[in-house]
Amino acid sequence: MSFEVVDPGMLTLVQDLGRFGYQHIGVTTGGPMDEHAFLWANRLLGNPLNAPQLEITFGRLSLLAHSDTTIALTGADLGARLNDRAIEPWQTHEIRKGDRLSFSMPVSGLRAYLAVTGGLDVPARLGSAATVSREQLGGLDGSGNKLAKGDRIALGEPRPVAKASVPYSEIPDYRKPLRVGVIPGYQYRHFPRSVQAKFFTSEYEVSQNIDRMGYRLKGEAIHGDLDGIISEGIAYGAIQIPADGQPIVLMKDRQTIGGYPKIGSLSALGAGQLAQRAPGASVSFYLSDVADAEARRMIFNHRLRQGAPGTAG
Amino acid sequence: MNIESINESACIVYLGDQINEETAERVKQATDRIRATLSDVITDLVPSYTSVMVCYDLERIDRFGIQSRLRRAVTGASATAPDPSSAQTLELPVYYGPEVALDLDDVCEFAGLTADEVIRIHSEQSYRVYAIGFSPGFAFLGSTDARIAMPRKSTPRLKVPVGSVGIAGSQTAIYPSATPGGWQIVGRTPSKMVDWDSKSLALAQIGDRVKFRAIDRDEFIRLGGQFDEL
Repeated sequence: MSFEVVDPGMLTLVQDLGRFGYQHIGVTTGGPMDEHAFLWANRLLGNPLNAPQLEITFGRLSLLAHSDTTIALTGADLGARLNDRAIEPWQTHEIRKGDRLSFSMPVSGLRAYLAVTGGLDVPARLGSAATVSREQLGGLDGSGNKLAKGDRIALGEPRPVAKASVPYSEIPDYRKPLRVGVIPGYQYRHFPRSVQAKFFTSEYEVSQNIDRMGYRLKGEAIHGDLDGIISEGIAYGAIQIPADGQPIVLMKDRQTIGGYPKIGSLSALGAGQLAQRAPGASVSFYLSDVADAEARRMIFNHRLRQGAPGTAG
Repeated sequence: MNIESINESACIVYLGDQINEETAERVKQATDRIRATLSDVITDLVPSYTSVMVCYDLERIDRFGIQSRLRRAVTGASATAPDPSSAQTLELPVYYGPEVALDLDDVCEFAGLTADEVIRIHSEQSYRVYAIGFSPGFAFLGSTDARIAMPRKSTPRLKVPVGSVGIAGSQTAIYPSATPGGWQIVGRTPSKMVDWDSKSLALAQIGDRVKFRAIDRDEFIRLGGQFDEL
């Protein structure tokens, strides 16, 4: 049971929820850039929520199925086709041996998630299959490689799954300008009130400089009263403000510790929405708090676990 | 001590605001205590110079619960005598030869000292592991003698060879993997700083002490040391 990689596309990586418990020796978590989409893909198939999937960035991936299985596709619409038929994200699709699954270009969003019943059968390194190329960890053979032409992706044992789709209310529109809550924290109080106000009323643009480590934004420069800080742990979604005043949101492959002042942090779900934005997209921030982030996450977790996915018509 | 929320599943415990041995010891003790008493709810711990970031499972505990348990764990830690058995002293062999000490000449010029003097100063003291980060197993050691505390290079190297021993200001460190980096490279160790197939994974842990032992070219080769692939 496997998929064969006919064309690896721009960047296709094996990801599970991430590598936990090793940040104290400098190993980053990795994991899906958009947890919301990743978790729904496993949920649609009734997989364990941590089952390894493919994270497809920007598209152009082409796979040949060597066995029958069911997949779930969530996240970005990257123009997926099953043989010569266009297929929609946020639902399950049956795959037959000999089918060709291919992606073209982003229609909306940047990163699609492809889960397979039974998960991808890949080795765990330090307890996780998450690919972090920089650290040579995770992926198909455990050594941090992205997918390459000719790779064979081993699949777990498929079982029959009901046709399912994600409830419409849970499907984000990645084309909308993103407005995302910031939890004040870290060095927040070292940014004067007027600077905080500027930060929360400005519109930022996603720059060309975005990767799995961080999203660099362009817009109003923000300057606090600190030049640097003593290096400390960096959370997923933390917003660093370097000397040029242009915010950098730290993503899944961030370094574990760093020394730039931070104005606060996005929630994991908020950072996931940012991860679906391509260069040129508009981002603005509002002052939120940890209670709000906590509540939203608990509601999401509840819907994911309790709310039965709707059945596609 | 000050505990602050970062997001819905992380908070940070500040244990001081100066880089020194005393704060480092508090960080080490707090980390050990948190690991020992909160393992049912924490997913990751990121100790650094003056703080510990604590990542937790929101499904198991919320911000109020974690803060109260952290307060109890850390306050208990400061009342406990340091446990000397948990910190080890590592002796790392270092070859300071010209083939691998890429910036030793620059450090000599900066310090106004001979190579032998720089090597003696660098290897005669023991350093504390203040933080681990930057890349897996990259241990920030301090503090270097002021005479050899040369600032990092203004243009970083695109690739620093594995095992390189560098100086950056009052810190010294070993590159566990080949990464870009701007530290002044004065030698190379044949010791493997990270080994994902070993039980300990990373040779140095926060709170450990590291001492460098100058070795000659023959010993470097005998211990498995590698020169740059040319």
